[in-house]
Amino acid sequence: MATDLGDPRIIEFDVRTDEMLVNMGPQHPSTHGVLRLVLRTDGEIVSEVTPHIGYLHRCAEKIGENLTPRQYIPYTDRMDYLAGMNMNLGWALTVEKLLKLELPEKAKHLRVIIAEMGRIASHLVGMGAYGLDLGSFSPFLYAFREREKILDLFEKACGARLTYSYLTVGGATHDLPPGWLQECEDFLTQLLPIIEEYHALLTTNAIFVRRTAAIGIMSAEQAIGYGTSGPVLRGSGVDWDLRRDGEERYTELYDGYAFEVIVQKNGHYPNDHKYPAVPGVAVLGDCWHRFYVRMLEVMQSIDIVRQAIDRYSRASGTHGIPVKLNEKLPKGEVYLETEAPRGQMGFYLVSDGTSIPWRVRARSSCFSNLCVTHELCRGCLIADVPAIVGSLDIVMGEIDR
Amino acid sequence: MPGLGSLRNNTLVAEFFSQYMWSWAAYLLTGLIHCALLIQVGAVGALFFIWAERKVSGRIQDRLGPTRVGGMFGWLQSLADGIKLITKEDLMPDGADGLLFRIAPYISFCASFAALMALPFSDGWVAIPINTGVFFILAVLGLEVFGVILGGYASASKWSLFGAMREAAQVVSYEVPLGMCVVVPVLITGTMDLVQIGTFQEGWFTNWLILHDPFTFIIFWVYFTCALASVNRAPFDLAEAESELVAGFHTEYSGIRWSYFFMAEYGSMFAVSGLATILFFGGWNGPVPITGWLGLTHETGPIAGYIGNFLGLVNFVGKTSLFVIVMIWVRWTLPRLRIDQVMKMCLKFCVPIAAVMFLGATFWQRQFPGGVLLKTSYGDRYVVTEADTAAPAKSKDSAKPAAKTAGEASPGQPSADKTASVSHRVTKGS
Repeated sequence: MATDLGDPRIIEFDVRTDEMLVNMGPQHPSTHGVLRLVLRTDGEIVSEVTPHIGYLHRCAEKIGENLTPRQYIPYTDRMDYLAGMNMNLGWALTVEKLLKLELPEKAKHLRVIIAEMGRIASHLVGMGAYGLDLGSFSPFLYAFREREKILDLFEKACGARLTYSYLTVGGATHDLPPGWLQECEDFLTQLLPIIEEYHALLTTNAIFVRRTAAIGIMSAEQAIGYGTSGPVLRGSGVDWDLRRDGEERYTELYDGYAFEVIVQKNGHYPNDHKYPAVPGVAVLGDCWHRFYVRMLEVMQSIDIVRQAIDRYSRASGTHGIPVKLNEKLPKGEVYLETEAPRGQMGFYLVSDGTSIPWRVRARSSCFSNLCVTHELCRGCLIADVPAIVGSLDIVMGEIDR
Repeated sequence: MPGLGSLRNNTLVAEFFSQYMWSWAAYLLTGLIHCALLIQVGAVGALFFIWAERKVSGRIQDRLGPTRVGGMFGWLQSLADGIKLITKEDLMPDGADGLLFRIAPYISFCASFAALMALPFSDGWVAIPINTGVFFILAVLGLEVFGVILGGYASASKWSLFGAMREAAQVVSYEVPLGMCVVVPVLITGTMDLVQIGTFQEGWFTNWLILHDPFTFIIFWVYFTCALASVNRAPFDLAEAESELVAGFHTEYSGIRWSYFFMAEYGSMFAVSGLATILFFGGWNGPVPITGWLGLTHETGPIAGYIGNFLGLVNFVGKTSLFVIVMIWVRWTLPRLRIDQVMKMCLKFCVPIAAVMFLGATFWQRQFPGGVLLKTSYGDRYVVTEADTAAPAKSKDSAKPAAKTAGEASPGQPSADKTASVSHRVTKGS
């Protein structure tokens, strides 16, 4: 039986023997939950990365079409479970937009305090887990040590440590307990010097810089083109932050606050004389810059929380009275995006006039951020894949919803 | 002369036994005793260092580490882990190559264990005195990688294969600079016998080879880096990089087989640290020659010599543990390097630095054969006998049997032929 080697039906003929398909995840230590990456590798070099998602899909959007908006709040907690407060806020603002609800001054400042504390807590995990991705275990525990203190504060405010359901439609479930502001202030004071330790362990560490600088470079065009947002977008040098550029209903929370968008402009970050210098090998848009933006945002959030504490304690009004559980929604559709720690988190709601929304959709920031993976990982080494995916700081709960 | 020449110790024990039994049985018994003692070192040492790793990493990370098991400080934690590992199911993947998969952990463990056989724990306290001990330890430690490669290959897992290939590339590369670093103390002392290298550094800590000249000082750090890499400790733990390769070569291993890999890792950590102690940090010689002042030497009597040796053992184990703890400290502080960076570091930094230091040390030997620090005490050591000058072509073996005796010391005859003098030990009174 003669064999024609040119016959395309002979399978060996078109098998590329040097390449290997490797399944990274969903049970892999560094894929941040249940992300599955299929790597096409040639030795250590990765020629193609395909992310597969859906392992944490819990029909969160569909559930929203069977519950009233206030009942839906706990489900938003479980989307980005590392920043539950910010998810609550996004959903609450969306529903308030539909209800055309105006909040008292005090409630707004309360929301700023809580949202920015949530941002700090989230970025601390992002930072620690990134160290873990690069093989440095200790920063992770240092980060969790500080995060614990934030969680303690949140627990005092609302009783929960992870799934808060604190900020809700119409305000917050409770006012802050007495003495909370002082404790928060104390925490911020002791956090500041600890950030320096993180800079020493990671940001300026020679190995860390070599592992992250000029790796996974994303141009500003790419970042915009893929719809990335948050620190990932700003790490590429795009000056865009919904706290400043967002919708009126969201930006009014930050009215009168002094803060600058953390982005490199003309080779400088805002107030960068206070922070470690950008290493020469780092290129705008690489993993190092994304990490650095997160670190600086922590500093900035500390500053914003301090301003908010000051204004909250002077503000009049209440913490906002939550609407009824079965508050009737006016007919209409709304969409609102907020600046969650990981990027722009949007909620879409269509109401047919009953108290249960007709349609609920969520726009995930991490989903768009993850989409860049295949571009960034092309031609990198296997060890760079966790470095790149980690720098995007994804949370699968939010991607899969 | 009891207990003097390390070469004789084994024979002495065997001769002692052979008074009571056949001589072949006496030698067998001697070998078994040494093995049993060394397994204690290997196993208990691993238990201790695993516990130390937990405690040190705990303290570094603002935790307590184990506190409960065994009462205070969780000192039995490793034992509890060991029992857990032994009782775990022994799993093997379906597609695995059974024989290779099973044999790989033993190869690794045997290699790191065998390295301990040639490691002198105190003056003459070495299981098998080999006159090429340095060479033997390096060679045997290099064998450890076989187990890793076999295990990685036989696991039928892609992650294991990646880990094994990384390990192969890394260890093979790093043995080049490691060998170069090790040659420098050998060059200075003129012997590959670890006992003799240790004896060479007797006296104050200024006699330690790390302080011998600037080149040895630098080369110690190169050695330490290469040793970290060759035993796969962070930041060079690419073969088991959990954030990239799940668990690398031992992804598919569990239970007791996994624990053999684990013990092999700690065993080789101990071995390279012990080698560093002997080559650069005076071996069993303390920083201050207390045993000499107190007369705890074999010249005073066998019991005094035994006590002196025991103090030397404490010294040796202390210094070695210090290096191991530094390795632990490094592991929990630094991020991991990437494979290309590991290779680059070896080829672009470690090898050239080691080569230059080797040249420098050679040059130093030529210019200052007596050393610079505490010249006189070194001068004592470098005595060229007439036999040496008369027949410089004679091999080193002829100088070796000349053991140190308590004869009259002829104070530092400055050697006529400096270059020839460096490789010979004291041969006074012979």
